[in-house]
Amino acid sequence: MKILVCISNVPDTTTKINFSADNKDLVTAGIQYIINPYDEIALTRALELTEASGGSVTVLNVGDPSTDPTIRKALAIGATDAVRINAAPRDAYFVAKQIASHAATGNYDLILTGRESIDYNGSQVAAMVGELLNIPSVSICKSLTVDGTNATLEREIEGGKEVITAPLPLVVSATEGMAEPRIPNMRGIMSARTKPLNVIEPVAVPQLTAIAGYDKPQSRSQVNLVDADKVDDLVNLLHTKAKVI
Amino acid sequence: MSVLVYCEHAGGKFKKSTFEVVSYAAEIASMQGTSLTALSIGDVSNDELAILGKYGASKVLTVSNDRLKQFVNMAYGAVIADAAKSVQANVVVLSSSFSGKGLAPRIAVKLEAGLVDGAIALPDLSAGFKVRKTAFSGKAFADVEVTSAVKVISLIPNSYKVVEKAQSATVEAFNPAIDEKSFAAMVKEIVQASDKISLPEAELVVSAGRGLKGPENWGMVEELAGLLGAATACSKPVSDSHWRPHSEHVGQTGISISPNLYIAIGISGAIQHLAGVSSSKTIVVINKDPEAPFFKAADYGIVGDAFEVVPKLIEAIKKFKNTHG
Ligand SMILES: Cc1cc2nc3c(=O)[nH]c(=O)nc-3n(C[C@H](O)[C@H](O)[C@H](O)COP(=O)(O)OP(=O)(O)OC[C@H]3O[C@@H](n4cnc5c(N)ncnc54)[C@H](O)[C@@H]3O)c2cc1C
Ligand SMILES: Nc1ncnc2c1ncn2[C@@H]1O[C@H](COP(=O)(O)O)[C@@H](O)[C@H]1O
Repeated sequence: MKILVCISNVPDTTTKINFSADNKDLVTAGIQYIINPYDEIALTRALELTEASGGSVTVLNVGDPSTDPTIRKALAIGATDAVRINAAPRDAYFVAKQIASHAATGNYDLILTGRESIDYNGSQVAAMVGELLNIPSVSICKSLTVDGTNATLEREIEGGKEVITAPLPLVVSATEGMAEPRIPNMRGIMSARTKPLNVIEPVAVPQLTAIAGYDKPQSRSQVNLVDADKVDDLVNLLHTKAKVI
Repeated sequence: MSVLVYCEHAGGKFKKSTFEVVSYAAEIASMQGTSLTALSIGDVSNDELAILGKYGASKVLTVSNDRLKQFVNMAYGAVIADAAKSVQANVVVLSSSFSGKGLAPRIAVKLEAGLVDGAIALPDLSAGFKVRKTAFSGKAFADVEVTSAVKVISLIPNSYKVVEKAQSATVEAFNPAIDEKSFAAMVKEIVQASDKISLPEAELVVSAGRGLKGPENWGMVEELAGLLGAATACSKPVSDSHWRPHSEHVGQTGISISPNLYIAIGISGAIQHLAGVSSSKTIVVINKDPEAPFFKAADYGIVGDAFEVVPKLIEAIKKFKNTHG
């Protein structure tokens, strides 16, 4: 089985986010970048599948050379090889077009993504790639098994889950539960250095969206502490002041 | 120019999040001086369809086709894009529900439209077309400028108020061409977690963390949630330890919610947890450690042992309900 795992390079989950004075750009200085946590789940599931039935796992990132350490980490976790499409990601459509253009000639049985990238929280790429390649896609899956040329998935829905079957090739976006992310071991880290990382140039894509600016949520005013013996007061405040009950 | 809104339903009944998107789309139509068409797919009675008029739709298109009984994003995406073309929509609105997330990108690609997924407010039309959404897992907002002629917006549940209008809608059948190829993915089974309130749409949420020590102690959490008519949620370590299902895990790597009230019991308030809940309108924290970081992100707090405070809170809510009906 030939699997493509799309990984995005995102600020570490503990990072404090700051913007330039005009609120137009993210201040990247001092930010530690990691593989998007959901993409690590997808990558691990891809490795489990190929370990069980053979095949290869290619990781793909759309990014400039600064994302190479993140790609090397994916190789250290166990991916066979990597592709970097050499362009700063402009928006999800741009990224999906790059992925689809690479995948169109790659003969992949499965294309895996994360449910969303934790920077712009789009959850757009997977279904866009499916549409661009005219193949099925299933978003936000907590399990994925493959039997021959068919996959079975569990997808989250409001208040429950859906069990779906779909033929390969297929695009799947992964969420919590599909696999437990792996930590690279020493051997993985050593071998990652010599695994192929192919850099290819992007295709042209029309621009449909742009970030006009950023803003930060207002911080909450000081917490109103209620005595543990006066729980009735809390209920009153929630009713009369917060008006939520 | 017109606005099209796709209306999700569950078993033939529209959901509250559907009335939210219809109200939202109706306001965009009025900002643009155009009209709103609503689209429904699957078996919904005419009476139920007509309800959409009350929230601002002037026309309701209904697609009733045996092939479309169950949601398949590829097929539904094609139908919605078709409808958008037939009413010459320049804005398409839908809910950022679990299904909406797999659907909106397909519609956007079909229409070569810019997509804002997870909008939290009306577009700003003063200069161009800008839509606000959360970014960096709730740590910031981004204003996305959509430059394409057609725009697709998916709206976060619970972020726009339902607005009723004294209006009625005409109902018309819509018969799109159906491509058999788009049904390659098939729903085999739907497992609903009984009558529980769905977390992403819940107005009130009671959540608990590792402070509760073990799954056997969730009885009081469920009782409190039941009394309030709230959904239940948990922190990541709780679902990682299988004390609670993964579908309850909120935060940066779980789901993001913005209920009116979020009660956090025995949760420390790590930045990754806050990422998923910080847009809640009111936050109440119950924690025995006065230094717990969550108190800095809370509106109301009780410093105390959950095993004493929560039962008292349950009694207080019962008393409140008795006096307030
Ligand atoms: C990449 C990454 C992603 C993550 N994503 C998420 C995420 O999406 N969601 C998430 O929740 N976490 C996430 N985390 C984990 C997060 O960093 C915290 O570890 C986690 O939120 C802590 O859960 P907790 O508050 O339940 O437990 P703890 O941090 O152990 O806190 C327990 C709290 O309970 C209090 N307590 C103990 N006993 C009592 C009692 N009897 N009565 C009242 N209070 C009591 C304690 O004072 C303490 O504050 C992520 C971490 C990483 C590295
Ligand atoms: N720049 C990128 N390069 C490769 N894959 C990406 C990139 N951005 C997003 N993805 C993939 O698409 C998923 C969803 O991203 P998004 O639609 O941006 O929320 C991520 O989890 C990744 O798997």
